[in-house]
Amino acid sequence: MKDIRDRQAQLQQMVEDMLREAADQGASAAEAGVNFDVGLSVSVRLGEVETIEHTRDQGMAVSVYFGHRKGSASTSDFKPEAIRDTVRAACNIARFTTEDRCAGLADAERMAQTQPDLDLYHPWDIGVEQAIAQGKECEAAARDLDPRITNSEGATLTSHTGLQVYGNSHGFIGGYPSSSHSLSCSVIGGEGASMQRDYWYTSARSPAELESAQAVGRRAGERTLARLGARQIKTCEAPVIFQAEMAVSLLRSLTGAISGSSLYRRSSFLLDQLEQQIFPDFVHIHENPLLPRGPASAPFDSEGVATAPKDLVRDGILKSYLLSSYSARKLNLESTGNAGGVRNLSIDSGSMDLAELLRQLGTGLLVTELMGSGLNMVTGDYSRGAAGFWVENGEILYPVEEITIAGNMKQMFAGLQAVATDVDRRGNMRTGSWLLGPMMIAGS
Amino acid sequence: MSNMIDIARTALLQPANLQDHHLDQVMDQLLAASIDAADIYFQNSRLESWVLEDGIIKEGAYNIEQGVGVRAISGEKTGFAYTDEIELPSLLEAGRTARAIARSGGRGSVRVRGVMPERYYYEPINPLATLTETEKVELLHKLDAEARRQDPRVTQVIASLVAAHDVVLIVRSDGHLSGDVRPLVRCNVHVIVEHDGKREQGFSGGGARQGFQFFLDEERALGYAREAVRQALVNLDAVAAPAGTMPVVLGPGWPGILLHEAIGHGLEGDFNRKGTSAFSGRIGQRVATEQCTVVDDGTLPGRRGSLSIDDEGTPGQNTVLIENGILKGYMHDRLNAHLLGTASTGNGRRESYAHLPMPRMTNTYMLPGKEDPAEIIASVEKGLYAVNFGGGQVDITSGKFVFSASEAYLIENGKITAPVKGATLIGNGPDVLTRVSMVGKDLALDTGVGTCGKEGQSVPVGVGQPTLKVDELTVGGTN
Repeated sequence: MKDIRDRQAQLQQMVEDMLREAADQGASAAEAGVNFDVGLSVSVRLGEVETIEHTRDQGMAVSVYFGHRKGSASTSDFKPEAIRDTVRAACNIARFTTEDRCAGLADAERMAQTQPDLDLYHPWDIGVEQAIAQGKECEAAARDLDPRITNSEGATLTSHTGLQVYGNSHGFIGGYPSSSHSLSCSVIGGEGASMQRDYWYTSARSPAELESAQAVGRRAGERTLARLGARQIKTCEAPVIFQAEMAVSLLRSLTGAISGSSLYRRSSFLLDQLEQQIFPDFVHIHENPLLPRGPASAPFDSEGVATAPKDLVRDGILKSYLLSSYSARKLNLESTGNAGGVRNLSIDSGSMDLAELLRQLGTGLLVTELMGSGLNMVTGDYSRGAAGFWVENGEILYPVEEITIAGNMKQMFAGLQAVATDVDRRGNMRTGSWLLGPMMIAGS
Repeated sequence: MSNMIDIARTALLQPANLQDHHLDQVMDQLLAASIDAADIYFQNSRLESWVLEDGIIKEGAYNIEQGVGVRAISGEKTGFAYTDEIELPSLLEAGRTARAIARSGGRGSVRVRGVMPERYYYEPINPLATLTETEKVELLHKLDAEARRQDPRVTQVIASLVAAHDVVLIVRSDGHLSGDVRPLVRCNVHVIVEHDGKREQGFSGGGARQGFQFFLDEERALGYAREAVRQALVNLDAVAAPAGTMPVVLGPGWPGILLHEAIGHGLEGDFNRKGTSAFSGRIGQRVATEQCTVVDDGTLPGRRGSLSIDDEGTPGQNTVLIENGILKGYMHDRLNAHLLGTASTGNGRRESYAHLPMPRMTNTYMLPGKEDPAEIIASVEKGLYAVNFGGGQVDITSGKFVFSASEAYLIENGKITAPVKGATLIGNGPDVLTRVSMVGKDLALDTGVGTCGKEGQSVPVGVGQPTLKVDELTVGGTN
């Protein structure tokens, strides 16, 4: 812990040096950030070590303002002279950018006054040998599950600890250490033209919160086995369930559409929807940037603005955009403390588990994988490749592949029928499976 | 042309006072373990970007990244470490970490020697310096004006210019030392149009391993501005796309993303060594119709995906993947080639010194056929004509791939009729080229916009193809 405090003090000093250098070079305001991350990544495949990677990433970035003209620069070089050179590069850029009334630091009175400890730092004293052992155990659990598991892409364990410090010429400076650890496994079933693969992973701030190596491997194996014998279905219109891991992508589409940069560019399908009904009235979506050990938790946003929990959607009504100080000024609104993105989103689940949700679906498609990036953010038109399972009378009948699902995101949101209790808690967006109204499914 | 190795030495070794005997020392230490092969990858990369939005130069950024990656290989095992500090002590430490993959007991004595490839496919220029800042800013303003001049319905123009100057020096345990200077420029235009309460967008852009002059030649960049507006206006009138399986005619150029996704990834050496690709073990078999010949060609002068040497020092090559429908070969880096008893095809690439190399594509395209593109369209009674695409993705194991059309039209009774909204196309890689019944004579390469992602690493690539007809492909519309 002392090491990390020393290192943090060192990074704070670098931020202060950069801000002073910017002032010396004539900038009227400046902001700077430094990050440092060390990690280990170990992969095993077919019971043997494949790669051992020791990672060590560092970077510093500075933005300078001359009135309302902005310039930015960054470097991975931490030598003392690099600070001066990087600030100089940013100042040179600012000579050529245009006066922009919205450009500048976030307002001083919005700076975080306190920096609560969000319990993000849980280093894992795992040696290479132990990491290899965990990877082997994980992959073996998948491969030993069933003789139809024929090959493997292996298992990978990663463990990272990092530090980030941000400061600006309002006098704000803040920083905190964090850690993240993960274990993943991907295996292949079947032979030749009928091969399928699937994967599973666990990820957490603290190693104690990871799923066991056995559980991850078994889940990867089960998912692969479930896909064997997949076929195309006929083109049809049918209701669709997005399994929790895939429903995350729907929340991501929402946050993309209500982010400030999409709104002021008028490139969002949710333009002018604040205080409007965009979901059915049972839908509540909440952001909690202060969630202890949360994957995206932060006491302040990437401009130093204090973060706080808030509703994005309440009773189906859009209650907040996601704004930085820049996009807020463009829209004549206030920053929502979302510079750098959204932090720990969750949607309230109803009372049904996935089995009950399948019964409510009746006959239709359960989507467990999506391919491609087929959302037009301006119109909400949606079309993506998919794989999953065909369901009749609430029962999974067979796996399907080589199909697309299409619709419009606004209608998909409005047609949301229920959110199940099978919440995927691994990432920045926590949700259970979504039951949507009919979508067009293209197949044979 | 100046000696790339000298340029790379000056940029990467000289500031740290590193001499060849220091490199020998690091290599000797690496090989003191039972290591089969090792390499050291020095890199200094400078990136500059400018963004215009709302008619003003809103942002500019300058980024310097440098460091060195050390890799040690023992059988199928790889040890890897890197550092941002190009100095002897950091280099020795990274070497010690990387070689821990293997037992001790080896012995090595390496004397590095510079090796130049026979040809270079781009000039060793610094593209950042090929226009003044004032000229870069002026070019962006011209793009804004050109886009807005096209049509009053244009409400937003976002234009960007990016230049990267990448200098690498690669030292291998066989003593081979090589260097490369890789310029890369990119220009993008994104427009929003609005009419009667409807909004749409259009994208266009291009790039090359050249200086910024590339964008001024033949009013190339102004062409991107016009093209982005044209696409957005077409989409404003688009009707719902059809859903189901139908004949699809793909236009020339960027639709070659089909080849990249449907077969390219599946032919990368790592997947085939491991037997995880739907194309594993299929060399010599028919995977396409007679008309189809597909290559991966890193030797096209000045192209975005071209490489004089790859990131393992192997010269760029033109590799035949499919010849007259028969699968001929895979794309290899040194590790996978060695394990399969063959030679690298110059496809060993890495995003940076902080990433491990693996087999990656360069410029992947299909050679021209004999058909007149107009006759290809005329041959379709009812189908889709897709001329522009967003991105794509593939599952190399099941072979299923997608690519998303951003500009497409219905073909009805042999004629192109209404524009349709964007839709994802899905198919099976090992099948799709067996359904190509007509190949046009109009081979075109893309404008230089491709970026390929694999295992979290991004590298610039190119694609291309002539107009071609796929008899059956699933189109993911709503109608």
